[in-house]
Amino acid sequence: MDLVLNILLGVVVAATPLVFASIGELVAEKSGVLNLGVEGMMIIGAVAAFAATVGSGSYIVGILVGALAGATMAFLFGALTLTLMSNQVACGLALTLFGLGLSALIGQAYSGISLPQFPRVDIPLLTDIPFIGPLVFGQDALVYLSFALVAGVGWFLTRTRAGLILRAVGENHEAAHGIGYPVVAIRYLAVMFGGACAGLGGAYLSLVQTPLWVEKMSAGRGWIALALVVFASWRPLRALGGAYLFGGITILQLHSQALGLKIDAQILSMLPYLATIVVLVVISRDRMKMKLNAPSCLGKVFYATS
Amino acid sequence: MTGTPILELRNITKTFPGVVANEDVSFSVGRGEIHALLGENGAGKSTLVKMIYGIQKPDSGEMTFMGEAFAPSKPSEARQKGVGMVFQHFCLFEALTVYENIALGLSAAEAKTGDLRQRIIDVSTTYGLKVDPDRLVGTLSVGERQRIEIVRCLLSEPKLLIMDEPTSVLTPQEVNVLFETLRRLASEGCSILYISHKLEEIRALCSKATVLRGGKLVGSCDPRRETAKSLAEMMIGATLNRPVRDLPEPGEIRLKVQELSMESDEQFGVDLENVTMAVRAGEILGIAGVAGNGQTELMEALIGERPCRFSRQIQLDGADIGQAGPRERRALGMCFAPEERLGHAAVPGMALWENTLLSAGRTNDLARRGLISPTNANRFALRVVDDLKVKTAGVKSAARSLSGGNLQKFIMGREIMQRPKVLIASQPTWGVDAGAAATIHRILLDLAREGAAVVIISQDLDELFTISTRISVIAGGYLFPSQPTGELTVESLGLAMGGRSKEIEAAKRADEAVAEPAHV
Repeated sequence: MDLVLNILLGVVVAATPLVFASIGELVAEKSGVLNLGVEGMMIIGAVAAFAATVGSGSYIVGILVGALAGATMAFLFGALTLTLMSNQVACGLALTLFGLGLSALIGQAYSGISLPQFPRVDIPLLTDIPFIGPLVFGQDALVYLSFALVAGVGWFLTRTRAGLILRAVGENHEAAHGIGYPVVAIRYLAVMFGGACAGLGGAYLSLVQTPLWVEKMSAGRGWIALALVVFASWRPLRALGGAYLFGGITILQLHSQALGLKIDAQILSMLPYLATIVVLVVISRDRMKMKLNAPSCLGKVFYATS
Repeated sequence: MTGTPILELRNITKTFPGVVANEDVSFSVGRGEIHALLGENGAGKSTLVKMIYGIQKPDSGEMTFMGEAFAPSKPSEARQKGVGMVFQHFCLFEALTVYENIALGLSAAEAKTGDLRQRIIDVSTTYGLKVDPDRLVGTLSVGERQRIEIVRCLLSEPKLLIMDEPTSVLTPQEVNVLFETLRRLASEGCSILYISHKLEEIRALCSKATVLRGGKLVGSCDPRRETAKSLAEMMIGATLNRPVRDLPEPGEIRLKVQELSMESDEQFGVDLENVTMAVRAGEILGIAGVAGNGQTELMEALIGERPCRFSRQIQLDGADIGQAGPRERRALGMCFAPEERLGHAAVPGMALWENTLLSAGRTNDLARRGLISPTNANRFALRVVDDLKVKTAGVKSAARSLSGGNLQKFIMGREIMQRPKVLIASQPTWGVDAGAAATIHRILLDLAREGAAVVIISQDLDELFTISTRISVIAGGYLFPSQPTGELTVESLGLAMGGRSKEIEAAKRADEAVAEPAHV
């Protein structure tokens, strides 16, 4: 029983950074901007959050700084692609490389420092329920925030006028501009929201998951988050499911390594990436539905004419 | 019209770098009047209405609307004052529903007043504009899409409705329905500013016309008292000679398409179903149809951008070419002029002479053993520019620097001068002014007279009736059997173009019945 509980708790911890990063990217992509810099924004969020927490002694400050750092990176991306109208793919890749390098530089002073364990929520009585208690009522605050974010984004995109406008901008920016919506401003907001979310995901890595600063600790999670968005066909709930699938297999393979399975560790480490993508590809094989959900203007540069 | 005018323009001037779009234009639109704004491409009609709708600002001059000074700085301001506009290119979102599209087009306050869904249904039933609020726009026909735009305008109860070339994408029947709606609106006191270059329609609908040429006002008239010819001559400022179709008896079959079915790879594309046709030497086959009924897909199949399942499905002079690519087909003597000029028919950033290499490289010896011959290419490009009177600074100008109509002339010239055995052109005169269209029609006829087989895919029925020897209608990816032009009327074509599903089904069944014994 304890093993199962530990595994499940581990899954949540492994999945949460991906939930943050992918839900943020989902919003950015729904507005029509393809930001391949998720990995870079995550790692900057991670190092900024860690440094701020060590410096201030406050987790709250650390988390806010992490989100802010991600949003700043995203703003930089927006300035390049939305204002200066550069190619989104190239700028996204550059942002990732930049983020990895800058974080290593900032992080030099912080390697070897460790933080105390991140506090978990503790509700008397409820958290004490065996098994379900710690799983449902004993997580850390960021996990609850990630779920709230998924629900909030889902509601925002389908139920609100602002969400409709955001989707419209991603669907056909010429038409949205023609009607009189500020395409570029809306995209800035969406991209920066995406950056803040990626920053939160990074903060979760360095404050909760490890809690240490290690160079390149995002380990390709930003790329997985990007893949999740596409294969979740831009639907928040599916992205959440994908993130948890990835988290689940990550933890399972760790445990199976511990059990001494006669499979190469490298192959096992590969599994979460492989399995997540395979499952999502299978789910999203209906091409028509896929195209319907995909923002038609994704990755296209918008020139305001007339 | 009696009473005070609803809209008055005085001495409006607007210049863009290097071009005077409007110069000292003054006119007025009366209450409840359907007023036509006439002019060729580049005459300044669009700029003028963009200023009325607040998209652009005049450099000088003033406007009054309902007796007050009027200078909208943005479209929402114009909408608020009571000006509505239906664009030529719709501002619609295909992956969203009709309801969502309409909500997006209204201001937040407008969208909130009352039950929007109910108001949409009310307006659409009152004016006979049937729309289903919950359909995805991507699944609708062009005519239905236009209705959404009109309903969207009507919801904000405009005093003046501007329509930019509203009928260029409609079937004749749909045009009639639209005209009834417009007349009804006018009778309720809403003024309509109607931009078009379809002169017969203007004669049928409008009670006043203002004619622009080269940005200047050249006159106004009552179109009901003019003829289409006199209106056209007013527009171009010269006498117009229409080409005459005098083709010899058709020869052998040059291009044959048999039972071609192909699934579209586009989100809201149309699958081709069992397309069969044959074009003889000296024939011009016109393919009529409302946009989005499989023309793009048919064009792709004919060009060879998407290979057929079986090579025998397309034959050129008896040889199977269904699986040959565009270059092979060109080498065999076919030429193509696709609809999309920039990016498909020409590379926007390349000079005109470089663009000739793309399709005429082999046929006209512009490149030899992989090396470009700039001399030959320049000479060829110059010939195209001279023969078709393409307005350009020179063959070294980039393709994108040409106006749409001029580039179209250049592309048509580039293809026709290769003297192809088979020419396939989509919308050959779309956006081209009347004089240039006549030139293009004349050279198409010349080409057929010399023994080429020509296929014209067009939405312009006048054009098809002018030059085609036979016309066939494409609807929902199905190509109706062709008939000699002389035996057809606009009405009969319109019915088929409307894609009345029953008729298509009946025609398909008839086809299958004929086809079946052949399989046994």
